[in-house]
Amino acid sequence: MRQGLWIAVLAVVLVGASGPRTLAQDDTEREVERYRQMLREDPWSNPGLLEADRGEALWKEKRGPKVASLEACDLGKGPGKVEGAFAELPRYFADADKVMDLEARLVWCMAKLQGFEHAQIVKRPYSKANQAGSELEALATYVANKSNGRKFAPQLGHPKEREALAVGEALFFRRQGPMDFACATCHGDSGKRIRLQGLPFLSKPEEAREAVGQWPAYRVSQGTVMTMQHRITDCFWQMRLPLIDYGSDVAVALTMYLVNQAKGGEVSAPQIKR
Amino acid sequence: MRFAAVITAAGAIVALGAACLAAPPAQAQDRASAIEAAIKGSWTRTTPEWRERLVQDETQKLCSQYRNAPPNDVANAILTREKAAIQYPPDGQLTGDWRKGEKLAQSGYGWRFTDYPPRQENGGNCYACHQLDKKELSFGTLGPSLLGYGKARKHAEADVKAVYERIYNPHAAIPCANMPRFGASSFLSLDQIKDLVAYVMSPDSPVNK
Repeated sequence: MRQGLWIAVLAVVLVGASGPRTLAQDDTEREVERYRQMLREDPWSNPGLLEADRGEALWKEKRGPKVASLEACDLGKGPGKVEGAFAELPRYFADADKVMDLEARLVWCMAKLQGFEHAQIVKRPYSKANQAGSELEALATYVANKSNGRKFAPQLGHPKEREALAVGEALFFRRQGPMDFACATCHGDSGKRIRLQGLPFLSKPEEAREAVGQWPAYRVSQGTVMTMQHRITDCFWQMRLPLIDYGSDVAVALTMYLVNQAKGGEVSAPQIKR
Repeated sequence: MRFAAVITAAGAIVALGAACLAAPPAQAQDRASAIEAAIKGSWTRTTPEWRERLVQDETQKLCSQYRNAPPNDVANAILTREKAAIQYPPDGQLTGDWRKGEKLAQSGYGWRFTDYPPRQENGGNCYACHQLDKKELSFGTLGPSLLGYGKARKHAEADVKAVYERIYNPHAAIPCANMPRFGASSFLSLDQIKDLVAYVMSPDSPVNK
């Protein structure tokens, strides 16, 4: 399996090194797509599942000052119920009186159930290239994977959920910072790219379904998993905005907007990305 | 009598309409404060100086509100205000060195939170969105292709000025344009803008070969 991965990576690198770069981009995409096809035929060869496994072990392990596992964590479908929970997040949680996405909820559960300090939990939420995933990445991959094949069903029954959606939509179109960028600057039309990187049109349901369903994703170029919060953080970095807090209301609201756009789309996490 | 009543009713409707436009309904106000509260609570671990970047100026506010399609009067107001703030080089020379411009067009460096302290000059990152030199195949498509832009305009002086202004502040030509206001934000210096103008407009530039 590992060998197969490296051959795929090598093929991508070799193709990238020869010939014009636009062709290389097409070839890279084609190779990644071929890789995805291989994973559809043999789902267990997905390297992102190593993180899901690690996440499952972390979920069940008694840890933290309170020596507790996360098995009592309520992800919205009742304490300990992981199956299908991710497809219905973000949602309103009465105990926190807040709308939370998966990552914000994991932080909340780690603090409340296991007694970890909030600052400690969010200290290093994102792994760097070729590192094992962070605890949060592993846990998020595990939980998301347990919704694999289910359809995104945005929860909008509570007024705060509807408010999160409205705020998320406004934030998506909000221009700010020294570059005047909004999310919509890059994700507001079909068939556009930055350099050679294709950009999903996230206000278009067909494209949102495909894009949103891929996260958390295993990134071949990084050799590690990346979550939606990390993806949003990187967008803000490129927009020249400050480093956003992990599990912030802005990221949750944007995720609510994205999931609502992706309504009915299938969760296929962790998907393979370039 | 009846005529007067109609006029009064019409007037009331117009007044009501005007009131709606002037003062956003309570719901919009709530929405705006919910957005501000979310922003305030989402960047707590940074400095006040950095948080300033999240505060919108008038143009950003209007372009967000109208999702980059402002009605004519708003568009004109934006255009007039932004055009009035354009600064020109003291010597009036609007073109620089296209070779320096080429480097700036390739570089996306500057002002990201990992770019401090600065290790190189800021770049215009033109290739992120535009095609320019036909030999550079790694170009984005968010903006129009600028391949042969100067040549197609016979390198005319009026177009040199228009390109300078477009880089300095695109809203002065297209209100709510997607492109950053490179000069108005001081992200690029006037000399850097001149170099980029030369890269786009000069007969010697590979963009026009």
